[in-house]
Amino acid sequence: MIEPILRLDGVSKQFGGLSALTDVSFSLNEGEVVGLIGPNGAGKTTLVNVVTGNLRRSSGRILFRSEDVGLQKPYQAARRGLARTFQIVQPFPAMTVLENVTAGALFGGGAGSLGDARDMAMESLAFVGLDALADRPAANLALAARKRLELAKSLAMNPRVLMLDEVNAGLNSSEIDGALDLIRRIADRGVTVLIIEHLMKVVLSLSKRLLVLHHGQLIADGPSAEIVADERVIEAYLGAKFAARLKELNHG
Amino acid sequence: MRSGFPLYAAMIAGLLVLATTPLYADNYVVRTAAIVAMYGALATSWNFIGGFTGYPSFSTAAFFGLGAYVGAICQRHGIPMGLAWAIATVVVAAFAALLGGIILRLRGHYFAIGSIAVVELCRLVISSWSSLTGGGDGLNLPLMPWPPEQLMRFFLFVMLAILLASLIATIFVDRSRLGFGLRCIHQNEDAAAMVGINTTAYKIAAYTLSAMFCATAGAAYASWTGYIDPTDSFQIVMTVKVVVMALLGGAGTILGPALGAAAFVLLEELFWANFLDWNRAILGVVIVLLIFFLPGGLLSLGVLRRLRAAKVGGGK
Repeated sequence: MIEPILRLDGVSKQFGGLSALTDVSFSLNEGEVVGLIGPNGAGKTTLVNVVTGNLRRSSGRILFRSEDVGLQKPYQAARRGLARTFQIVQPFPAMTVLENVTAGALFGGGAGSLGDARDMAMESLAFVGLDALADRPAANLALAARKRLELAKSLAMNPRVLMLDEVNAGLNSSEIDGALDLIRRIADRGVTVLIIEHLMKVVLSLSKRLLVLHHGQLIADGPSAEIVADERVIEAYLGAKFAARLKELNHG
Repeated sequence: MRSGFPLYAAMIAGLLVLATTPLYADNYVVRTAAIVAMYGALATSWNFIGGFTGYPSFSTAAFFGLGAYVGAICQRHGIPMGLAWAIATVVVAAFAALLGGIILRLRGHYFAIGSIAVVELCRLVISSWSSLTGGGDGLNLPLMPWPPEQLMRFFLFVMLAILLASLIATIFVDRSRLGFGLRCIHQNEDAAAMVGINTTAYKIAAYTLSAMFCATAGAAYASWTGYIDPTDSFQIVMTVKVVVMALLGGAGTILGPALGAAAFVLLEELFWANFLDWNRAILGVVIVLLIFFLPGGLLSLGVLRRLRAAKVGGGK
């Protein structure tokens, strides 16, 4: 059996009396694309924050390539190859697009020199199709391009695992198609991708496996087709009343 | 294509103007040149934490005062002057590194207030620790047996050397990984951590650099005046002045802070000399006008813009 690249083992996170994550366990295998879904407030972003060290888990173990990384700081996660994007894009606004990505290559991607980092950055920019805008200030980009910039920055860090926190939120449907294609090409490079998403269309077209989080608990983990038909999942999304009505409709 | 040439040319020209004052001007001008160089070094130091990193530090006077005291105490124990200055630099740098680990957890206004408190705290400790520091009576330093003009010239060159050292350090940092990382922290600290920058270590490095040259300048200043006391060594006014100077010239640029220091000291001298009753008020108005109409500092003016040179991560 191959050791999973990322494994969570009974991870919980409490904010005072509020339990944001309760006993979450799952693993990601190398090269997999997995979707993480759940209603608003289910704890999806908290989960990513706990994995990358932005928040400290309250209990449980987080293993990255068999190493316990539960106490790591965000910069250590980045250097290990655990990259992420933020729901709200986080550029260095006064820097150019190229400088933004160069930062990723230099500090997270292990580039030996500023020159190497710049080359790596140009490569990532070409990959996401932003190379023409390399010298623009990051603050001037439109939303779709900013999201691509986030992806380029993460890619320049040579990630093993990439966690995408709603990279498609706020995009129109043609922009989403472009982003889907890009994520697919990232996965083809062998990067393990955990994609957090509200849009079912996106998740289903990308990932064969889904994780469902509800009130901080992992309520389902399995092949996408089975998960979307799972009653508990439908209930979590629609509420018990509408789930029952939907069931009647389907059977009636 | 960014060229460093205008920057270096302006830097060398400025230093030469200050260094040659003894050849053609009287002692008052030489003294003013030395003060310009000293404040230039302080403002250039502040730039590491305040300009590059964007942490509004008001600890300058604490580092300056501690440097003065460590240097003075060493000299009173028979340690030669140059060595005493070096010890002051190292001790204060270590102090800043330890302190930085604590107060750099604060951000924005909280950090600003915390860093001002450091000045007051240092002053109180120094003035209470009478057995070592002489308390409120202050400390006398060994006088230097030189005629006033020679003494003046000597300290002009000492202050210029400190200024030059701080400028060279700035150029190195600006072109290095450290400088790039600090600018990332300035723009977005969380994003900086996410791309793999050890933000705590980088901020501590910047804070320590900002303390070092202040300590050397403080120790040299103590030897120069021959007498120090707590009120004079730890002045909130000095701490604020240095920040205004750096902003006046252009925070985050290489030459801006030193240029701002020169402009500020000259304006101050001018107003002291000509409008004794009104000088503080005039200075205040000038500062307000500059901040409103020239928020990027003097280096954002058209003529001087070329001196901004490398903004991020060094030249191409």
